[in-house]
Amino acid sequence: MQGYWRKNVTIMVVLLAIWAFVGLGCGVLFAKTLNQWHLGGFPLGFWFAQQGSIIVFILLILIYAILLNRLDNEYSGDAGKEELTATTESAGGTEETEE
Amino acid sequence: MGIKDWTIIFVGASFTLYLVIAWISRVRDTKGFYVAGRGVPAAANGMATAADWMSAASFISMAGLISTMGYAGSQYLMGWTGGYVLLALLLAPYLRKFGHFTVPDFVGDRYSSNVARSVAVLCAIFISFTYVAGQMRGVGVVFSRFLEVDINIGVMIGMAIVFVYATLGGMKGITWTQVAQYWVLITAFLIPAIAISFKLTGNPVPQIGLGSELITGDGKGTGLLEKLNQINTDLGFARYTDAFGGDAMLNVFCVTLALMAGTAGLPHVIVRFYTVKNVKAARWSAFWALLFIGMLYLTAPATAAFARYYMIDSIDGKTQQELPAWFENWEKTGLILWLDDGDGKLRYSNRDDNEVFNKGGLTGPAALLGWDKIIGSQGAERKEALKLLNGQKKIRGPDKDIIVLATPEMANLYAWIIALVAAGGLAAALSTASGLLLVVSSSVAHDVYYRMINPEASEARRLLVGRGVIGIAVVIAGLFGIYPPGFVSQVVAFAFGLAAASFFPAIVLGIFNKRVGTIPAICGMLAGIGFTASYIIGQVYGGMEPWCFGIKAQGIGTIGMLLNFIVTLTLTPLCPPPDERVCALVDSARRPETAEDTAPAAVDH
Repeated sequence: MQGYWRKNVTIMVVLLAIWAFVGLGCGVLFAKTLNQWHLGGFPLGFWFAQQGSIIVFILLILIYAILLNRLDNEYSGDAGKEELTATTESAGGTEETEE
Repeated sequence: MGIKDWTIIFVGASFTLYLVIAWISRVRDTKGFYVAGRGVPAAANGMATAADWMSAASFISMAGLISTMGYAGSQYLMGWTGGYVLLALLLAPYLRKFGHFTVPDFVGDRYSSNVARSVAVLCAIFISFTYVAGQMRGVGVVFSRFLEVDINIGVMIGMAIVFVYATLGGMKGITWTQVAQYWVLITAFLIPAIAISFKLTGNPVPQIGLGSELITGDGKGTGLLEKLNQINTDLGFARYTDAFGGDAMLNVFCVTLALMAGTAGLPHVIVRFYTVKNVKAARWSAFWALLFIGMLYLTAPATAAFARYYMIDSIDGKTQQELPAWFENWEKTGLILWLDDGDGKLRYSNRDDNEVFNKGGLTGPAALLGWDKIIGSQGAERKEALKLLNGQKKIRGPDKDIIVLATPEMANLYAWIIALVAAGGLAAALSTASGLLLVVSSSVAHDVYYRMINPEASEARRLLVGRGVIGIAVVIAGLFGIYPPGFVSQVVAFAFGLAAASFFPAIVLGIFNKRVGTIPAICGMLAGIGFTASYIIGQVYGGMEPWCFGIKAQGIGTIGMLLNFIVTLTLTPLCPPPDERVCALVDSARRPETAEDTAPAAVDH
């Protein structure tokens, strides 16, 4: 299962790099520079800090969930049949509540 | 119908709903009581997590903080959402795979040590009670302003409701109540924001309205943010959109990172991921949680900017007769106060001629005078008092907590919208309080009583102890609300700092580094906690200078976290590696989930 773990860690590191760049980078470290430009009525750094970073965070978790659940299916054997339905099933919350 | 009638209707209806849900989802076993039978669908768990997470601080205080701090307020927005990325990628799926009931349970098993378990239990209980105290204050503020009842009665009503649904339904009751509370609070937050956005900028989407031009008032045709920059400059504040509104970059950076790591390490949030069916659902659940949280967090900056505009526009330069009704309503609570210097006109500014305050704690010579004497003063005495008050940053300007609650009144929205906000504030406070109380209950009843004192306890007995502890915890939390400790806002920095400096490194290393053994982990946690706690205590109570690169109490968790990582990793090669049982446990968490994993495993009690 070394292959699975390595791929898992790679995905994680890439996504966390984006997380750090957008959140701590654009929102804080480069904010003064970015504020020179405008996005509509927003100074760009300000937009990243109060809107953009949050939107990116949501997308990062979405991408992570899709990629990792697909990876799980690939390595757990019965990939073919589950892969297509996994996303919609979990997302729609169709699992039965067990009592 | 007036605001009060509408409030009674909304609050009454929402409380009834919570009780009905509690009755339907009552439980009979510990699995149901602690982890809702592990059968909560991902999307529902996302909503519950969102309500659990968004407390009175998110609903009531955050927009107020952004409104006052401008750019620097973004640290709360990024910190409290960015933490979910860490949680989703580094912690949630693995912790679900381990299949424990609580965070101390994981720490105790991974590091096979009851010392580590006890440290984790103490942190979990401390963090939870710190937080609960803040929620109870929120409940008190809402009740006293909108229902005009005594704060104590308000707190007791709130506690009674939590008591019923938490003891009856445990995690299951709390989960489904939180789902309902999410919708109450998000509706209550969005409706006023949409209405105000439309009124001010003609665009009903608050996120777009924030960047649009004003269509009313003397700033017609100017961009809202531009107008705020101009207002702030005129009154002596830092420009609204400038980084970082007078704060140092390193400080904002550290606070943001401490809030992120702290969020990921908060036990009441982590425990929510134990309630879903499997690892895949845990990943989806993290996505749903941040999506639902994002709906409020993307709107809060707009609410903050609208509130800033309305507040200054409606009070600055006004005479007693011209002041709006909301000002008088809130003046009764002491959260906003006007002390005229004799010219009959209200002046709100960041300079020494400021006349707007909140009735906070006084220090130094002002404390010797006391509020009664200051308010009763006239002429030269008044001028002297104003000088003293303006020297105290914390009591300058209105209390930040009233911004969200008062904005609908400032914008003259309908009475029912104002009442809805009250119900939303209560939903936010109660949902978080119940989640925290369950953490206290499970830490004491599961980790201390069952795992350490009486491992032979029967199922029925454990359930009884769990219910008993949550009952006691509710009463203690109620006392916090009735006799609020004066240090609530300051100790919240503690909660995040401790979570960042203790749980976060211990859990991350426990999953991603197989070599880390018992001694390094405990030393790391103690170093992190010790440093963070002494720095915060020294600064808040001892008047210590922020000697560590000028970092303030709120951001010091970042350094504590680094210290924990460094100490643990330095000691690791010198100490024995963990035993085979632990290695097998970590290995199992690193494998993709199979069908047999979902069935109860060895560590599943």
